[in-house]
Amino acid sequence: MTSTSTTSPAADAVEHELDLTRPSGSRTARNGCASAFMVFATLLAVIPLVWVLWSAISKGIGSLLSASWWTSAMDSADQAKWGALHAIVGTIEIGVITSVISIPIALLTAIYLVEYARGKKIARVISFAVDVLTGVPSIVAALFIFALVVTTLGGHQSAWAASLALVILMVPTVLRSTEEMLKLVPDSLREASFALGIPKWKTIVSVVLPTSISGIITGIVLGLARVMGETAPLIVLLQFNQYFTVNPNTPTFATLPTIISNAYTQGSADTPTVWGAALTLIILVMGLNIIAKAISRRYLRRMGK
Amino acid sequence: MAKRIEVKDLNIYYGGFHAVESVELTVEPRTVTAFIGPSGCGKSTVLRTLNRMHEVIPGAYCTGQVLLDGADLYGKGVDPVAVRRNVGMVFQRANPFPAMSIRDNVVAGLRLNGVKNHKALDEVAEKALRGANLWDEVKDRLDRSGASLSGGQQQRLCIARATAVEPEVLLMDEPCSALDPISTLAIEDLINELKEKFTVVIVTHNMQQAARVSDRTAFFNLKAQGEPGRLVEINATDKIFSNPTEKATEDYISGRFG
Ligand SMILES: Nc1ncnc2c1ncn2[C@@H]1O[C@H](COP(=O)(O)OP(=O)(O)OP(=O)(O)O)[C@@H](O)[C@H]1O
Ligand SMILES: [Mg+2]
Repeated sequence: MTSTSTTSPAADAVEHELDLTRPSGSRTARNGCASAFMVFATLLAVIPLVWVLWSAISKGIGSLLSASWWTSAMDSADQAKWGALHAIVGTIEIGVITSVISIPIALLTAIYLVEYARGKKIARVISFAVDVLTGVPSIVAALFIFALVVTTLGGHQSAWAASLALVILMVPTVLRSTEEMLKLVPDSLREASFALGIPKWKTIVSVVLPTSISGIITGIVLGLARVMGETAPLIVLLQFNQYFTVNPNTPTFATLPTIISNAYTQGSADTPTVWGAALTLIILVMGLNIIAKAISRRYLRRMGK
Repeated sequence: MAKRIEVKDLNIYYGGFHAVESVELTVEPRTVTAFIGPSGCGKSTVLRTLNRMHEVIPGAYCTGQVLLDGADLYGKGVDPVAVRRNVGMVFQRANPFPAMSIRDNVVAGLRLNGVKNHKALDEVAEKALRGANLWDEVKDRLDRSGASLSGGQQQRLCIARATAVEPEVLLMDEPCSALDPISTLAIEDLINELKEKFTVVIVTHNMQQAARVSDRTAFFNLKAQGEPGRLVEINATDKIFSNPTEKATEDYISGRFG
C-alpha cells in the first residue's frame, strides 16, 4: 500500500548505484520500539518465575539441608526431626505406577495410529478423542476415577486410584508426542526396510522406533514431569498421611503436593516444611525436565548427522 | 537362479490418478534392462510395481499381472514380504537408516531377517561395500551412523545394502544420479558382475549409461501432458540406439524431444 507513492526498490537499484547503508529514520525507530517491547514482555514473563523459584529456595532450603528431611517421615514427637521421606517415596511411587500403566498404552496406540491406521477413519476418530482428552482438567479426571472406583465399584481411596487418574492425564500427552515423533520418521526409511524383505513389525521395532526413540523418551519424561506435580487427583483420591508407607492400597498415603495442600487447609501454609516440600517437588520435576533436555539434545545431534 | 519377469497389461494408479497404462514387457534372466524416458512418465512407478513397493503408498494400486518365473506377484496368497526378499530395490533418493551404523546398514536385510553370525555378516558387509566402491572410504568408521556420509556415499551405501541380500532381481532407480564418474563406473562394473547371477532393471536418465550397461532398453513416454505414461518400445539396446522402430524414441535419444 505504501509503495504506490514511492518508486519500487527494484527500479531504484537499476537506475542508481547500489546502496547498502542501514536506512535511518522511521524503520530504525520502529525496530528499536519493537525490541524494547519484546524485552519488556520477556521480563514480565521471567520475573514471576524467578520470584517463585527464589521464594521456594530461600524458604525451603533449610529443610532440605537437614539430614532428617531425607530420612524420616512426620511421625516423631519432636517436630524438628520431621522429614519428607514418606512423601518423596510416595510421589515417586505414584509416578512409577502411572508410568508403567501409561507408557505401554500410549506407545502401542501411537504405533497403531501412525503405522497401521494412517489415513483411515478410525485414526481420525481416535486422534480427535485424544485431543479432547488432552484438555481434560485434572480435577475432572480425579472425579471420574472417584466415581468409578469408590462409588461404582465400591472400592476406596488409594495410590492405585490416584495413579489411574494420573494415567488419564498422562496417556494423551505421551500419545500425542509419540505420534508426532513417529510421523517425523521419513517414509523412505520404511520403504527401504520393506524393500529388503523385512516384515512390517520388524521394520517398526528395528528401524522406526530406534530412529525416533530419543524423541519418544523426551515426550515420556515431559509427560511424567507434568503429572508429577498434579495435585487435584491426590487430594480427591488420597488422605493425608504422616507415616511412612509404600503400600499403594491404603487410603492414607503421603505425597509432596498433599503435604502442601494439607498444610494450607490447616492454616499453616507458610512454614519451612511446606516450602521444603515445594522445593523438593520443583527439584524432582526440574530433574525430569533436565533429563528430557539432555536426551533430546542427543537426538537432535544424531538427526543432524 | 535369476528370474524372468513378465509384465502383462499392467495399469498403475495413484488413487484416482491413472499414472501408467497397459505396459507389456519381458525381462530375461541374467540380463540388464534399462528404463529411459522423460521425467514424470512413470519409470519409477513401473519399477516399484515389480516388487510390490507401489502399494505401500496409501491409495496406490495396480491391475494386470507381473509374473516372476511364471508366478503372479499379485496372485492370491502371495506375501509381499517374500516378493521383496527376492526382488530388491535401490531407490532414487538415498535412504540409509540413520539410527544404524554403516556396517549395520549394509547387513540390515540379513540381520533383521535372522542371520546372527557376526563373522559372516562382517564378510558380507565388506564384500558389498567393495562392490559399491565404498569400502576404502568407510572401512575405518564402520560403526559411525549411516547418516554421517555424503550424499553420494549414502547412495553407494544403499546400493551395498540392496546387493548384500543377493536378491534374484535387483531394481535400481537412477542409482548413479548423485555419483561422480569414478563411482558411476564402479557401479556399472558392479551391475555387469551382478548380471552373471541376477537380473537387473535400471532406470537412468543417462543415455551413455543405458548404452553401456544394458542389454535391452525400454523407452517410456507420456502421450500428452495429463495422459497416463506408457511403454513406447522395448528392444535390444543396440537397436534402440541405432535404429529405433518408433519415431518418438528416435526423437528422445537424439535430443529432439518436446
Ligand atoms: N506418491 C505419489 N502420489 C501421487 N502421484 C504420484 C506419486 N508418485 C508419482 N506420482 C505421479 O506419477 C507419475 C509418474 O511418476 P514417476 O515417479 O514414476 O516418474 P519417473 O518417470 O520416475 O520420473 P523421474 O525421471 O523424474 O524420476 C507422475 O505424474 C507423478 O506425478
Ligand atoms: Mg523416478
